[in-house]
Amino acid sequence: MKGPVLGNLIEIKGVTHAYKTKAGPFPVLRDLNIAIPEGSFCAVVGPSGCGKSTLTRLIAGLMIPDEGEVWLHGALVKQPRKTVGMAFQNPVLLEWRTILQNVMLPLEIVAPGMPRAQKEARARALLAMVGLEGFEGKRPSELSGGMRQRASLCRALVHKPDILILDEPFGALDAFTREDLWQTMHSLRAREPFTALLITHDLRESVYLGDQVVVLSGRPATTQCVMEVPIPGPRPLEMLYAPDTVARLARLRREIQIAQGREVA
Amino acid sequence: MDWKKVAVPLVAVLILLVLWEALVWVMGWPDYKMASPSDLGPAFIEFQHLFWLYGWQTLWRTVAGLAVAVVFGTTLGMVMGLSRMLNDALYPLLVGFNAIPKATVVPVIALMFVGQHDFNTVLMAFLISFFPIAVSVAIGLSTLEPEYRDILRSLGASRFTVFWKIALPKTLPEFFGALKVAVTLAFIGTNLVEIITPHGRGLGHLFQSAQTNSDFPLMFAVLLALAALGIALYYVVVALERLFAGWAMRPGH
Repeated sequence: MKGPVLGNLIEIKGVTHAYKTKAGPFPVLRDLNIAIPEGSFCAVVGPSGCGKSTLTRLIAGLMIPDEGEVWLHGALVKQPRKTVGMAFQNPVLLEWRTILQNVMLPLEIVAPGMPRAQKEARARALLAMVGLEGFEGKRPSELSGGMRQRASLCRALVHKPDILILDEPFGALDAFTREDLWQTMHSLRAREPFTALLITHDLRESVYLGDQVVVLSGRPATTQCVMEVPIPGPRPLEMLYAPDTVARLARLRREIQIAQGREVA
Repeated sequence: MDWKKVAVPLVAVLILLVLWEALVWVMGWPDYKMASPSDLGPAFIEFQHLFWLYGWQTLWRTVAGLAVAVVFGTTLGMVMGLSRMLNDALYPLLVGFNAIPKATVVPVIALMFVGQHDFNTVLMAFLISFFPIAVSVAIGLSTLEPEYRDILRSLGASRFTVFWKIALPKTLPEFFGALKVAVTLAFIGTNLVEIITPHGRGLGHLFQSAQTNSDFPLMFAVLLALAALGIALYYVVVALERLFAGWAMRPGH
């Protein structure tokens, strides 16, 4: 297998993976290929239970695929690296720490030698970017669900990771809060460029946030189709109601139905 | 509003004492049949030096047993919470041991370590109280959501770092909940040994001698002293909980 293509930050090449169970191997990914250029935002959609979360763990180096390779920044991923930021549907903030201390947590692991003032300044700057200025000293339990998710995003970005892995971070939020956070993602990208992979069930979210949308087939998941969304950011919320978007959503919906086996291509 | 918080329970206690006094008075029970609250004061004064001496013995042996239970229970809980295999191996043993009525263990350890009264008492307080601590720490560690681990593991953090920064502090509320139960249990353990073994020491022994003499005022006075010690130790744990796991309490509680 050849090395990574220049300019691609992440390359998932021919990845096949199965979980070992008592009833024998349980395949979740089959010959999966995804390429994410540096600085771009990749949204991954697919039927539920198709192995999307396995994908995040493979990229984070928390698991090694049975077959195939995961390349990150020109290096083969074989173990966890310090250059990944993760945010989940459950914000998993530490209740005994303040919001500021929560955001600083990755720096304590990745850059233990960094002066405290510098860590704090970095965390404060990010919190201000997502509109959490003034909440630095609060405990997570004092914040709303949307605010907790914002803090979780800051924690994922504080150490300037090569790749931001988002596993349905907006899935448990109400519709208005979710749209707020979508816009926050765009304004964050404008001020603090990052490469991201977003796992989601929400097609509107995938089109609004993604530069490319990857549709996975049902289990074992393989790349069903890749849709480019060549609209520069930050994108206005009105984009959601534009005819182009509606057409893209219709196509994605059809691809998902094919992936679920409900419709023949 | 605040005075009600103090006054309401105080009045409730007073009513209880008055009813108790009235019951004994109406029934005309003598001292050797039942004590009334007004008998307790004289009993305390008469045996004052024994209350101080035995109270101290009961207290230090309970605290020592509890301290061993905390160290052993936490270690066992950590081992069980972090290793699935050891959990499967140790859990049935633990449940089985916990199911044995501890009063039957007292003669066994009294025979094994004849005359080692202090040692036996501390051992018993420990044996009876480590179980809830071990179980709660184990459950706290094994129910840690995988996302918590992944956030640090994806940064290359070691297992120890994950334990130290996340698993341990996250388990503290469960630990203190178990410690509150363990405090009461440790007192039971201490008193079991003090009452069952002959020529014992501590408040349990004082209770035993009072019973031999049908001295109801002294028996009730001992019970009251034990309750006071139990309450005091319980609130020491509550204070420690506020200090180390105060974040887990909702404001206003």
